[in-house]
Amino acid sequence: MTGISVAFGGVAALSDVSITVEPGQVHGLIGPNGAGKTTLFNVACGLVRPDAGRITWRDQELRRLRPSRLSKLGISRTLQGVGLFAGLTVLENVMVGAHRHAKAGFFSALLALPTADKDDRLLRERATAALVELDAEAYAGRYPGSLPYPVQKRVALARALVADPDLLLLDEPASGLAEDEMHELGELIRALSSRMSVLLVEHHMDLVMKVCDRITVLDSGKQIAAGTPAEVQADPAVTEAYLGDAVDVEADAAELAGTDGGRSND
Amino acid sequence: MQQFVNVTLSGLIQGSIFAAFALALVLIWRSTRIVNFAQGSMAAATSFIALALIHSGQSYWLALVVALAAGFVLGAVVERVIVRPVEGGPELNAVIVTLGLFVAIQALIAIIAGSEFQSFPAPFGLRGFTFGSTTIALTPNSVFVLIAVLITMVLLVALFRFTRVGLAMRASAFGQEVARLLGVRVGRMLTLGWALAAVVGSLSGLLIAGGGLVYPAYMDSLIVFGFVAAILGGLDSPIGAIVGGLLLGLALSYVSGYVPRGSGLVNLAALVILMVVLLVRPGGLFASSTARRA
Repeated sequence: MTGISVAFGGVAALSDVSITVEPGQVHGLIGPNGAGKTTLFNVACGLVRPDAGRITWRDQELRRLRPSRLSKLGISRTLQGVGLFAGLTVLENVMVGAHRHAKAGFFSALLALPTADKDDRLLRERATAALVELDAEAYAGRYPGSLPYPVQKRVALARALVADPDLLLLDEPASGLAEDEMHELGELIRALSSRMSVLLVEHHMDLVMKVCDRITVLDSGKQIAAGTPAEVQADPAVTEAYLGDAVDVEADAAELAGTDGGRSND
Repeated sequence: MQQFVNVTLSGLIQGSIFAAFALALVLIWRSTRIVNFAQGSMAAATSFIALALIHSGQSYWLALVVALAAGFVLGAVVERVIVRPVEGGPELNAVIVTLGLFVAIQALIAIIAGSEFQSFPAPFGLRGFTFGSTTIALTPNSVFVLIAVLITMVLLVALFRFTRVGLAMRASAFGQEVARLLGVRVGRMLTLGWALAAVVGSLSGLLIAGGGLVYPAYMDSLIVFGFVAAILGGLDSPIGAIVGGLLLGLALSYVSGYVPRGSGLVNLAALVILMVVLLVRPGGLFASSTARRA
């Protein structure tokens, strides 16, 4: 993504931000609250259309990127919070994520023709495999509402991974996790980078510093630093942005509640 | 005893039709959060298509199939052309649009088919089975009604539970944005949901018409009962709609069978039942979540 700018009613949420996620790398996106991290994420998903700038994916410019095209492009994202479908079992939630791998057409699937039947079985197998990978297969038949939050987060991650994406967008995967769970998550993200690129938005600095190959720092919609974790940590502009801003817990909570996957938590 | 059996049987048969109609409402409510007031008129329209075919000498079965197919198309067209543009606006807009559609379709039927009463044939006999010397209220036609509703329910459950499209439809119903991010063609799922609902609604219209009289507004009472059944069940739960329909059918049948001059009290009884249930369990008998009330 190059030169991305977004304005909401005259307020510049992002101005001229460029970010490139290299294949097989984990790219961190950090910044104080309100820096525009989530907006940039939403641009990358097609939820927000940039006022200026280009999005390029595999050497092709994506114009009019729409959320529904993401999975076909090989991009998966997780949401802040979990955004699981409340009325579907864990396994079914993950199966929805594997949707793009189904081969049978819409109408043969509707009429349950034999090819579609085979498809359904494959889908189920893929979803089960993804749950096994994240150590959540024991919960396959349960409904998300009845599971502890960290398990829900693992299921949400499994749902993103089952599509076998080339680029995984992780929106605050560590929020609500305990110390040791965060450690496991870090190792998982490192392991994933051998199969896909990862763009990670995260508040927990130690996690970001540990798992990222490169980091982009945003502050008030502007890119203030980019580089390896060591370079970014040494950058005085970054220290200033973080120390100059007291952490605003309430705004953080409001942001979390506001972007929590539409109706899914009803 | 014989009266009890008869009253119960006719309650179950009526109830199964209520259940089908309530199910159609629930299907649409679940996926689009719209109460489709036009459901009854849409079903009446397809019944008149069936009637026209029967009058032109075609068999009942062909007419049934064509009417259900017409329901599918009508549901899809209504969603795409009329409902989609008002979706996303204030919730009331879509509801008012379906109300308008309810009146418009009914008027259109009257213009095309006339507004006089016409008799609608039943595919099977309307005389009750006899055991020895007693005749019970179960007729071959009502057996057909029960079987038709049962088959429809089983097919729908199979679609939702065991197919990929059903899974995508349920996902779309629970979280449109998330489903879209995961690559589900949500728009298509909503259209399909409306189309399927219209098929089920049409079926209930055809079943209640069989052996009776049809006129442009003949579905009006079924709309009321269907709504009561759907709300009894919680409006969100397909199983709830079915149970609600059957319970309502039984309750109304007992009222008209046992209460003196009860047949005049049926509509009133339906509303009393509705009020009592909403007072005791505001979310309906099968409310899927209590959190929604908060």
